[in-house]
Amino acid sequence: MVDASLILQYFLSGITKGSIYAVVAIGFNLIYSATGVLNFAQGEFVMLGGMVAVTLCLFVPLPVAVFVAVIVVALVGCALEIVFFRKLRHHSILHMIIITIGLSIVIQEVALHLWDEKVRSLPYFTGNEISSVRFFGAAVSPQVLWVLGTVTVMVVLLHLFLRYTARGRAMRACSSNAEAAMLAGINISNMRTLSFGLSAALGGLAGCVISPITMTHYEMGAPLAIKGFAAAILGGLGNPTAAVAGGLLIGVAEAFSVSQLPAAYSDVTTFILFLLALFIRPHGLFGSPSGEDVREV
Amino acid sequence: MKRVLIVLLAVGLLATPVWGRDYEEKGPIKIGAIFAVTGPASFLGAPEQKTVEMLVDKINAEGGVLGRRIQLVLKDSGASPEKAVSFAKTLIDEDNVLAIIGPSTSGETMQIKQLCEENKMLLVSCAAAEVIVNPVAKYVFKTPQKDSQAITWIFNTMKDMGITKIAVLSSNAGFGAAGKKQLETMAPEAGIEILSNEVYDKRATDLTDILTKVKSTAGVQAVVNWSIVPAQSIVAKNMKQIGLDVPLFQSHGFGNPKYVEQAGVAAEGTLFPAGRLLVVDELPDKHPQKALLAEYKTNYEAKHNEDVSTFGGHAYDALMVVIEGIKKADSLNRDKVRDAIERIKGLPGTAGVYDFSPEDHTGLDLSAFEMLTVKDGKFTIYKK
Amino acid sequence: MKRLIPVIAFAALAVAAQVVSFAVGKEFCLTQLTMAVYYAIVVMGLCLLMGFAGQVSLGHGAFFAIGGYTSAVLTTSDFSRFEDSAWIAALKRAHVLYLKADLYGGEVLAATPWAAFLAAMAMTFFIACLIGYPALRLKGHYLAMATLGFGLIVYKMVLGSSITGSADGITGVPEWKLFFGLTVSGKSALRVQNYYIACAVALLLLVLLMNLVQSRVGRALQAIHDRETAAGAIGINTARYKLSAFVLSALIAAAAGVFLTHYNGGIGPSEASTLKSVRYVALAAAGGMGNPWGAALVSTIINFLSLRGWFGSYDNAVFGAALIVIISLAPQGPLKPLGLLIRRIIGGIRAPKRGGHATP
Repeated sequence: MVDASLILQYFLSGITKGSIYAVVAIGFNLIYSATGVLNFAQGEFVMLGGMVAVTLCLFVPLPVAVFVAVIVVALVGCALEIVFFRKLRHHSILHMIIITIGLSIVIQEVALHLWDEKVRSLPYFTGNEISSVRFFGAAVSPQVLWVLGTVTVMVVLLHLFLRYTARGRAMRACSSNAEAAMLAGINISNMRTLSFGLSAALGGLAGCVISPITMTHYEMGAPLAIKGFAAAILGGLGNPTAAVAGGLLIGVAEAFSVSQLPAAYSDVTTFILFLLALFIRPHGLFGSPSGEDVREV
Repeated sequence: MKRVLIVLLAVGLLATPVWGRDYEEKGPIKIGAIFAVTGPASFLGAPEQKTVEMLVDKINAEGGVLGRRIQLVLKDSGASPEKAVSFAKTLIDEDNVLAIIGPSTSGETMQIKQLCEENKMLLVSCAAAEVIVNPVAKYVFKTPQKDSQAITWIFNTMKDMGITKIAVLSSNAGFGAAGKKQLETMAPEAGIEILSNEVYDKRATDLTDILTKVKSTAGVQAVVNWSIVPAQSIVAKNMKQIGLDVPLFQSHGFGNPKYVEQAGVAAEGTLFPAGRLLVVDELPDKHPQKALLAEYKTNYEAKHNEDVSTFGGHAYDALMVVIEGIKKADSLNRDKVRDAIERIKGLPGTAGVYDFSPEDHTGLDLSAFEMLTVKDGKFTIYKK
Repeated sequence: MKRLIPVIAFAALAVAAQVVSFAVGKEFCLTQLTMAVYYAIVVMGLCLLMGFAGQVSLGHGAFFAIGGYTSAVLTTSDFSRFEDSAWIAALKRAHVLYLKADLYGGEVLAATPWAAFLAAMAMTFFIACLIGYPALRLKGHYLAMATLGFGLIVYKMVLGSSITGSADGITGVPEWKLFFGLTVSGKSALRVQNYYIACAVALLLLVLLMNLVQSRVGRALQAIHDRETAAGAIGINTARYKLSAFVLSALIAAAAGVFLTHYNGGIGPSEASTLKSVRYVALAAAGGMGNPWGAALVSTIINFLSLRGWFGSYDNAVFGAALIVIISLAPQGPLKPLGLLIRRIIGGIRAPKRGGHATP
């Protein structure tokens, strides 16, 4: 007799991890959609959000710290875009991707010297380290519900923004056809800055809300970024909801891999599945084969 | 203009005369150090660097050793084994140091063990793996306690508590892998059965899935976790969150009060073996280590404004061992110092009291550890 | 004749570096230089893939690791448990396996370094084909992600398996006796010899790449890079050429892995990490994508300084910053501006006798 509550517990565990990947994937997906750049520094935005919030928490209440941290990271994102992408002319997307690689390395080092190597975390938004919410015999930390809630709000707000506001529509226009958008009078540069700023803000918020679960430290960015990319691509680039779905899927796959195989290979299983998905359906599980893969490097 | 700069940079780098110092007879005593100050093992290397620098300043202020200053040649390996190899070669060939302290991690140490032995360079490592001193290499020593000793303490405590069936969790880093191997080797003799044995990624963000697997394994009476932060805290929290209510034993990698803070309420009742540095206030005044530990703790915390940890202590001990060797040999000849180190007996350090011998290049026995637990958010000695 | 100029320049630079290092009494720098040259070899192979075939691989560290680990495992494992088997006896007679003394006085039946090298190449070839075939049908970013995923899988596998020494890696890898009495070894006495071995391998590779570029294969690759659909339309078997470039660059990386493992006497899982792979790509791009000379130069300089610890705790930051600077200011790599500058200087010293030279 298979224990239903056990399966549910694994599932919840998968959702915990998946929600973390999802919340990183959304920001990554946004920049890619708007500019075609694979932003390797997305994980660093997440890290910065958490770090700044933890520092601010020493002086102001938690909600204020989070709010200010998100703004700060958003500004950092805008600044990076302006300095490194707008001012300097780049020859190709590959160059821009490499710049983001360089930036992620530099940001990590700056964080190390600003804050030091120690691990820190924000307090739990509700409850504490041992509180849990129970469903039908399985338990999950209330912070996970916060993460899921944040993800949902992000997706909804993004959707509304992209569909119903002028700027949002302009951003969508840029992503589907930059030249036409330019001819239509849209300022591509500004759109790019906006997308970076917005992505950074999403990343920063992600960093705050996952902090009690994952702990925040200067090196946390890179592995999150990789899983976030994988999630966004698995779901299908260009679609924030798909990015979330991708993240949750990866998380649940990992959890169930642990249930059957040695945990040491859970990442290996995940990435093998990821590669298979990429080979069989490169535009993502929920994506459409239309414009995405024509982008030239 | 930019192009000229690039060219000048390239030319300049290729032709820079690097100032080298030859080993002079009357000059300072050069001691090399390779620590992972930045990078994934920075929780080891950073306190090690701070400790050693503090100690060198203190010794020099008090007149040095054999009337000479100590000059520390410190390299940051970032826990990268290639860099450790490169720096070891530099310290051996170029700086011609008397001894090398460190590296911080077992992986790096193993990569340079043969190199040092072949070049007859004295190496006092701050890493814990058994294989560093077993088989014994003449010139290679280490100061942290052995993993096997930590595990003996854990198993003994378990026997007292009537625990015979356990789950073992370890991280995939060097420290975790070493602990796992020792646990597996020593369990049968101690009468302990490992029902569940899982390895996780050291940077895992959540471990509820593995703990669920442990929870679903019938008969598990305790969990042993062998890792460092952040996983240590995550395991503690996740266990309570999914309702796995069995005792949690951590490794001696739990040796920093900050880790208790991070695990918060979840850390209450955690059991782990550690050096006495963390409970120095509870030691009787006559204890051979008390004065030294109290002084180290006070100075370190005053100077660096952070809690003292057992990791920095390993570097403290490594330097003291080298200096004691120099004093006993009354010479700066590397071979004589090496021989002298093997004759050291009863030297108090932060990790314990050292007794070296030609067969024992660690110098510590079971009494170096104390079983600690967390009560009301503080470390305290575990009393049955 | 013109084509030999870069070769001669490179050789001259290599000799000059060695002579200078001895002159200033810093001959130990050759150690780090040797290591840097081996890493540069990986980057040059990547140049072939990225610059000419236009494909990005974010997992090339994995191939370096496959080469290095295969060789390390075979030369340090003890096969004497299987001594009774006919296979092993035959391999022993064929000098594939031999008895060697280990560090602590015992004897171990291990593979000879040459046999291990060939095994490593075979393993890499097999894996590169296996991964390359489906991966290269993806475009742009998807290919990048697929190679990233592949790199991660290899990293996690070497990190998690006890046969590869888990997190500590493998140590005690023996020296490798090449021919003409040359040995790949980390011993200080053989330092100069090993430096020239590394430079010779690099030079050989550069000549090979140069010839490749000028040949039909090279032009095909260039065509694929510029406009893949057009290339396909004029009858170039794009899939086969891309795969060949991928496999070749993988073999180059693996060979560098084998050499460096014997030089260092060991290897660790960090060689397969994403950080390393990303560094290779970044260095290839910084040196000028299709330009193996630029890549070799930039990569050697930066890795050399990093291994010397020049950047101290700021190592990664400097690397990242240098990367950003070079890509932003000289995206085609620093060699063109360097070349232009030198030409200007030379032109200024001598009155030009002939007309303008064609740019290479």
